[in-house]
Parts: sequence; structure tokens; C-alpha cells
Amino acid sequence: MSDLVVTLLGKYNYWLCVILMMIGLYAMIAKNNLIKKLVGMNIFQTSIILFYVSIGCKKGATISILEHGAGHHGVDPTHYINPLPHVLMLTAIVVSVSTFGVALALAIKVYRKHKTLEEDEILMQLRSE
Amino acid sequence: METIQSIKPLIAVLVSICVVPLLVLCKKPNLREGWTFAAAAVKLLLVLSMLPVILNGNQIVYTLVEGVPGVAIKFRVDALGMLFACVAASLWIITSAYSIGYMRGLKEHSQTRYYVFFALALSATIGVAFSANLLTLYLFYEMLSLATYPLVTHHQDREARAAGRKYLTYILGTSIGLVLPAMLVCYHLTGTLEFASQGFLAGACNRGLAGVLLVFFIFGFAKAAVMPFHGWLPAAMVAPTPVSALLHAVAVVTVGVFSIVRILTGVFGTELLGQFDFGVIICAIASVTIIVASLIALSQDNLKRMLAFSTIGQLSYIILGVGLLSPKGITGGMLHIAMHAFGKITLFFCAGAIFMATGKRNISEMVGIGRRMPWTMGAFFVGSLSIIGLPPTGGFISKWYLVLGTLEANQMTFLLVLLGSSLLSAAYFMPVVYRAFFPPPGKAMFENKVGEAPILCVAPPVITAFISVVLFFYPEPFFRLVSMAVRFIGGN
Amino acid sequence: MTNHYPALIVVLPLLFAFVVSGVAWVKKSLCFPLTIVGMGLSAGLSVCLLGRVATTGLVEYRMGGWETPWGIGYHVDYLNALVVTVVTVLAFINLIATRKNVVEETPEKAGAFYSLYLLFIVGLTGIVLTGDLFNLYVLLEVASLTSYALIGMGNGRAPMSALNYLFVGTVGGCFYLLGVGYLYIMTGSLNMVDVATLLPQMYHSSAVVMAFIFCLVGVGIKMAFFPLHMWLPNAYGFAPTAVGSLIAPLMTKVMVYVLIRLILTVFSVDFAFVILKMGDPMVWLSSLAIVAGAVFALAQKNLKRMFCYIIVSEIGYMMGGAWLGNNTGMTGAILHIFNDAIMTLCLFLCAGSIYYRVRGLELDRLKGLFSKMPVTMACLVAGALSIIGVPPTCGFFSKWYLISGGLEAGQYGFVAALLFSSLVNVVLFFRVIEISYYGDFEDHHGHGSSGEAVMEAPASMLVPLLIVSIGLIVVGLYTGGIVNHLINPLLLKQGFLG
Repeated sequence: MSDLVVTLLGKYNYWLCVILMMIGLYAMIAKNNLIKKLVGMNIFQTSIILFYVSIGCKKGATISILEHGAGHHGVDPTHYINPLPHVLMLTAIVVSVSTFGVALALAIKVYRKHKTLEEDEILMQLRSE
Repeated sequence: METIQSIKPLIAVLVSICVVPLLVLCKKPNLREGWTFAAAAVKLLLVLSMLPVILNGNQIVYTLVEGVPGVAIKFRVDALGMLFACVAASLWIITSAYSIGYMRGLKEHSQTRYYVFFALALSATIGVAFSANLLTLYLFYEMLSLATYPLVTHHQDREARAAGRKYLTYILGTSIGLVLPAMLVCYHLTGTLEFASQGFLAGACNRGLAGVLLVFFIFGFAKAAVMPFHGWLPAAMVAPTPVSALLHAVAVVTVGVFSIVRILTGVFGTELLGQFDFGVIICAIASVTIIVASLIALSQDNLKRMLAFSTIGQLSYIILGVGLLSPKGITGGMLHIAMHAFGKITLFFCAGAIFMATGKRNISEMVGIGRRMPWTMGAFFVGSLSIIGLPPTGGFISKWYLVLGTLEANQMTFLLVLLGSSLLSAAYFMPVVYRAFFPPPGKAMFENKVGEAPILCVAPPVITAFISVVLFFYPEPFFRLVSMAVRFIGGN
Repeated sequence: MTNHYPALIVVLPLLFAFVVSGVAWVKKSLCFPLTIVGMGLSAGLSVCLLGRVATTGLVEYRMGGWETPWGIGYHVDYLNALVVTVVTVLAFINLIATRKNVVEETPEKAGAFYSLYLLFIVGLTGIVLTGDLFNLYVLLEVASLTSYALIGMGNGRAPMSALNYLFVGTVGGCFYLLGVGYLYIMTGSLNMVDVATLLPQMYHSSAVVMAFIFCLVGVGIKMAFFPLHMWLPNAYGFAPTAVGSLIAPLMTKVMVYVLIRLILTVFSVDFAFVILKMGDPMVWLSSLAIVAGAVFALAQKNLKRMFCYIIVSEIGYMMGGAWLGNNTGMTGAILHIFNDAIMTLCLFLCAGSIYYRVRGLELDRLKGLFSKMPVTMACLVAGALSIIGVPPTCGFFSKWYLISGGLEAGQYGFVAALLFSSLVNVVLFFRVIEISYYGDFEDHHGHGSSGEAVMEAPASMLVPLLIVSIGLIVVGLYTGGIVNHLINPLLLKQGFLG
């Protein structure tokens, strides 16, 4: 039992990501409103961004800016968090934002045509076409 | 035996493809048909120019490109291919003349399309004849299937559509469903598809697999109309008569049979077939087709349908001959490719000429027609003699060798099949001829004003009938080619 | 200059995309020529690059001069060079052929359309050329985002289809990103070659296995691999003509390329086939995809939607070939990327010119088209023969390799599926041919058409179409050359299983 607790708590960052991902996926599948689906999609993407951010972290480490300039003392990498995943996520955030933008634009186009954003009503209109 | 590298086979194949743009762009019918003739003549000359080389015991080879490792698109002119190419190329000229008479006489629509696809079909036929390997053969076989579709469905009416569907279902369905996998299995087993004098499958597969492959190939080449894959042939008779004549007496069906002969001799090899005892199976399949087709032909009233069933039966003679696996049988089978072609095309030409002159398609309506169209029906008589296998026509020679072959192979059953089917074909041809010339008193159906069809439709059957007779007295060129082919595959 | 080829192929369209969107404010008529120049340069450079790779075997390029694995490296071997050439050349041909469609369907958005067109090519060429896993993700999303936007430009059901595609596609992209994250955790590197050298000690770690599976699912969604194909028919079917014929031939094929790249370069053949043993199930799934795609296609009444389901089926061909686990199958898969792109382009261009004249692609509106548009229909027949697999078109040869590979691997189910789909394709296409060969042509006035009589498509459409259809046969005849000079050396270098 305690093993299980340790496993769960020891990697709580992963579990949080998984939970967030599932919430996002649930919203994308189960929600009827297109905007809610979009929000779900954003949560889904964010969970992965958080996952990347968390893997770069180290206990007791600080941001990776050298205080006294490099070269004076040897730099101990354990004192600094790994900056690469964080940098990557800047790009991923841009991707996610632009996806969201395109999606909203398309949603507006859909709304103009169907006068609604509820998926079942749109499908009904499409079927009756 | 020498192997000569030459581009001639490729040109012979391509010449009728190259003429297609000219046919399309020509606005004047005379010029268009002139081009058709020119292409046919060039093609025949090219084929004939290779004849002496082949008769001297050499082969001509040309490799175009290597599509798959070990299997190139490659041409090889050997005796058997030469025989077929000679027949197809010479009959194309005659058929072109007949086409002009027929298509103009009946004022058919879309004549340009007709000549274009006719030329393409001829290219494909020569391509099959000169194929050096199974892949090339398959390529031209498929090309022929597709090129003949617009010809078969020329009338573009409901009946043509139904016939076209049936045609493609049978032909493409079997070639993709049976031949393609069988070919790939052969390639997988041996890494080659090149026809060899004693086949290339020997030692590569066991009896069971070989049997399956054999069945796939024989039925897969549905153009040979081996039962039960014969249904497309009577249906395809909706096509204009010149199409039926050349394609369904010579090009298409003979391509099917030729492919099977190539497979039996060049892929399996007679030795392997003998070793596995497959000869009897092949002969049995062919015999069933021969007998059943002849019986069905007896009951047909539509002349072209009767000819179609007669063709189905006659084609299987060729397969039977090769299936006997004896030198004389194979000789008979291969000779029959040529003899049957000249005989059957005469009959189709006559059927078309009768239709042109009188508008009649049914045998029961042709009583007494011989008096009005003596030349046509005379040719018809000679053609039917050739198909039955009576002297003085070429059909006698091939049938003679087939009979000798059954004796040599000691297969009395198949001797009976041959004789029985000859009787049956006499039974369905002779009444037509008899009633045409000697109608019962007062039953003659034609008045004096009915005469012969235009000269362009009468001359061709007379010429082919004449050739049939000549082939009886002088079968030398074809005979030499066939005996060379037989020697090549090791049958003495 | 010549050393910068790989980068220029990607950067030039990007540059031109900005120029085009800027120029659009000033003078709309300049957009098209500028796009042509950008695309043409990119295509020309790709051909040059292919020539160089064919002689040297490998072209390396470091973005900004940063050494790999720290910087982004382009690692161009036979496979990338081949695919990037296909992408740029076909996009160039499509650009010319569909000009009139664009003018007609999205008249006032020319600037936006052409800059998106170029950006899409930036995405695809980048995906193909890059040697960095994360860079691939970013470019994947660039390509996807532009394709959402391009599809959304259509009328009717297009925006809704694009939105659905966006939902599914984003999930696919995220799965791929997650897989890359796992790989990064395990190896600390994102460079493909670097990862490949670090991975072998960890092949049995479950994290690496999960990384592979996440990547596979992500890429599978993006390529519409059955049963993840649901978004494809709507998205491609309702897209504007020029977009359909751009995205349909290229996007799915590039995704298959990504998968093959992952198998060959990143995870290695040993891992995918020997350790994971995923060959069998994936081949079965592919066979299912082939059969399902063919059967769905039979049920379609619209020409373009029929083509869409054929794509689903063709994806099965390539996936199956890649997973057969032998040289022949992989050769078939790579060859089919190349061939299928050309065939699909041919079919979609035909659909485009038919739509331009007839204003509809329902099958019963095609009556009598053979006599009205003989050249277009002849090209359609050529494309159809290639899809069916009739020699000497290129479709026959890739099918040949795929079936031989199936026989070698003893995957008879896959062989049967391939033959089945060939037969179904015969039915599919001869149904279309039959309808357009027989029957009187019915003029449909009042569907927004200008009432002009139906005639052959304009030359600007026909010439590219003819080039593509002749290409089908030429490529088919030169299959031997492509296999011997490009694919065999590649597979040899990757140490592919015999």
C-alpha cells in the first residue's frame, strides 16, 4: 500500500498531467458546444506543455542564469534546472495559441453559416440540407 | 541458334500506337483510313522482315527498361511468336479493308475512335506475340483488354453496356484476380519470369503448388474462353462485325490461347508437366470446353453467337494439343492457331457481309441466300470446311496433327473428343450452307434484288477463304515455324 | 550558395509567403506570379538537391552553423531528397493547374490563399528535410494549421469539416509531442541521429516503447490510418478544389514518410520489428484499412469523396508495406509514397477540371463526359489504371513490390487485401467510366452555373494534367532506376533486414 502511495506521490507531476489530459480529452469528446470542445483541446495541449516544463525541473535548483559569469568557478549542472524543455515549450505555446486562433476563426465561420455553435444542431442542419 | 539484338520488335509493336495521333487529327476519312493502311502495311513488312532471321534458327531480342529487378520489359521474337505475329499482322490489313466497307456501308458513328482503338489493339496483340517474359505479356494482355472495351461497346446502347460490363468483369477480374497473383508467386519462387525453353518452374515448387498455379493461369487468361470463363465471348458479339472478326476470331481470343501455350511451354515446360502428370488435367479441361461449346453452338440461331461458341470450342483444341505433351500434338495445337484464325475470320466476314446486304442475323432467316450471294456463301463454305477440319483446307492439317498427337500420346479418349467435336461442328455448319444453296422448293427467302455486299466486304472473305485452301497445299511457312518452335521446347 | 540548398528549399517559400501576403494589399494580381516564382525556385532546388544526393549519398546542413545535436541539423539522404522533390514539384504543378479554380472559388482571398499555400509547403518541406524531432513537430503543426485554414476557406460544409479535422489533428500532434517528450527524457537529445545512437541501450525500457507508440498513434491520426481516418473524407472532400488537390496527394504521404523515418532512422529496424514485434498486428491493421477503404469507396456517390476513401485504402498499402519487415515491402512502401502522390494528384486534378466545367461531382452528373471532355477523361482513365495497378503505369510496380514483399513475409492476408482492393478499384473506376461513356449529357442549369455549354477544360488545366498523366507511365517505366539508385542504397545504409 505504502509503495503505491509512494509511486503516486513521488511522480505527482506526471499524474497531474495525466488528469489534465483526460479532462481535456473528455471535454473534446463529450461536450456538445464547439467552444467548450476548443477549451478542452487547449487543456489537453497545456497538460503536455506542463509535462515538458516539469521534466526540466530539479529539486533545489535555480533558473539557468549564471550569477557570476561562466568560467570563474566550475558550473555544477545540478544547481540549475534544464532550460531546454522550457525553451521548447515557448514554441509549443505559440503553436497552441495559433491553433486556438485558427480554431476560433473557423468557429466564427461556422457560426455565421449555422447561427449556432451546438454540434447536434449543426449536424441536424447539415443532414436536412 | 544466335540471339540478335534489334529494335525491330519494339517498332513493330509501336507502329500502330504511333499512328494514333495522326488518326485523331485527320479530319478527312479517306486520309484517316489511308494512315490505318499505311500502319498495317508497315507493321506487316516489319514482321515479315524478321521472318527470314527466325527461319534461320535465330532469335531477336530487345530490352526496353528493367522495371523490377530481374524482370525487364523485354521483347523476344521466336518461332511461335513469329507465327502468331504473322497471322495477326496479315489479317489486320484484310480486316482494315473490310472495316472500311462495313463501317461506311452502315454509316456507323465515331469511326475515328473505332480505328484508333483498333490500332491500339493490334499493337497489344503484337506485343503479346513478342513478349520475352511473363510481365511483358501481362502488360500487353491488359492493354488489349482495355483497348478492346470501346470496340466491344461501340454502339453505346443498353445492350453494349451490359456486354461491356460482362467483358470487363470476366477479363479484368480473372487477370487481376488469378494471373497477377500466380505471376507474383512464380517470381517469388524463382526470381525470374523469363520464358525458357523448358520452363523456369522446374525444381522450384512441389506438385500441389504447381497444380494451383496451372489452374490459376489456365482460367486466369479468360480471353482463351476456357469454360466456365467463356461467358464474355458470346456477349461481346454485340460489337460491329469487323471487331468480332479480327478480335474475337484472331486477336483477343488467340492472345488468350497463345498466353496459355506460352505458360505451359515457357513457364512450366513440357517436362515438368509430364513429370507431374498434368497433361491429362489440361486435356480434360479443354475437352469439356470443346464438347460443351459445340453442343451449345448447335442450338444457336443467331449466326454470330453460333460462331462465338464454335470459337470457344476451337480454341480449346489448341490447349488440348499442347496438353497432350507429345511433339505431334503440340505441332497440331500451334498450327491450329493459324489455321483456325484464317477459317474463323472468313466466317465472321461472311456473317457481316450477309448482315450488310440483307440485315439478317439469324440462321433461320438465311434460307436460299447462297443463290443471291454466291461469293459470300462460297467463302463461308470453305471457312466452315476449315473449321470442321476437312480437306482441302488448312484446318485439316492442324486437325490431322492433333489426331496423330493423341495417338502418339496414347490418349484414345481425347481422340474420341476430337472426332466427336468434328462431327458436331459439321452438324452445326453444314445445314447453314446446305439451306443457303439448296432451299426447299418455295422456301427461298430472298428476292432477286438482293445481291452481294459491297466489294470491300466481299473480297476479304474470299481472300481469306482462298488462303485457307492455299494453306492446305502449301502449309510450309507456318509448318516450319511450328516445327522450329516444337524443336525449341525440346519435343524432338 | 549550393551548400544552402536544403535550407533554401524551406526558407524561400516562407519568404515568399510574407511577400505575397504583403503584396496582396497593394495589387492582388501579383500574388499568383510571385507564388509561382517561390514555388518554382523551391521545386528547382529540390531537383538539384536530389541530383546531389544521388551522387554523394548524403547532404548535411546545420541551421545557423550550430553543431548538432545542439543546433537543428538537416540530414538529407535518399529518402528525404526523393520525398521533398515529389512535394515541391507536385505542389508546383498543382499551383499552375488550379489557378482558374482559385480565381473562381476564392476570388477575393487570393493573397491569403497563396500565402497559406506557400506556408503549407514550408511545413511539408521542413518536415521532410529536418533532422530534429522537435523541429519536426513544429513544422508538422505549421503544415496542419495552414491546411485547416485552407480547407476552411471553402464554402458549405468546409468550415465545419476543417474544425473537426483541427480537433483530431491537434490531438494527433499532441500525441507525437508526448512521444518526443518521452524520448527526450530517456536520451536528453532531440537530434534524430543522436537519439538513434543513444537509444540501443534502452530498447527494453517501457518509456521508449511508450514513446514509440505515442509517436505511432500521433502520426497515424495525421495520416488518416484506419481506424483513425474519420476526419479525412469530409476535410478533403469539402475543401476548395485547389486545396483538395494540394493536400490530398501530399499531406498523408509526408506523414507516411515521417513514420518510415522514425522506424528506419530513429528507433531502428531492430527495435520496431525484433523487439516490439509490431509487424504482424500492424500489417493486419493495414490489410483492414485497405479493405475498409475500398468498401467505403464503393458506397460513395461523389467522385471526390470516392477518391478520399481510396486514399484511406492507399494509406493501408504504404503502412502495410512498411511493416512487412523486409526489404521488398519497404521498397514498395517508399515507391508507393512517390507513385501514390502522382496518382492522387492526377485524379484530383481531373476532378478539379470536371468541377470547373460541370459544377458538380456527383456521379450521375458525369453522363456523356467522354465526348465533352475527352482529354480530361483520358487522364482520369490513366490515373484510374494506375490506382488499379495496370502496367506500365507506376501504380502497378509499387503494387508489385508490395505483393512480393507480402509473399516473402508470408503475409497472405495482406496480399489478398491488395488484390481485393485492385478488383474493387476496377469496379469503382469502371462505374465512373461507364457513366461518362454512355448516356446523354444533361445540362444542369440553375445550379449557379453561367449556362455555358460543357466543353473541354482550358489549356492551363489540361497541360499540367497531361504532364502528370504522362508522368504516371514514365515513372512506371523508370521504376527500376528509382529503386536501384535511390531506394536500394538507402535501405542498404539503414542495415535493413534481408
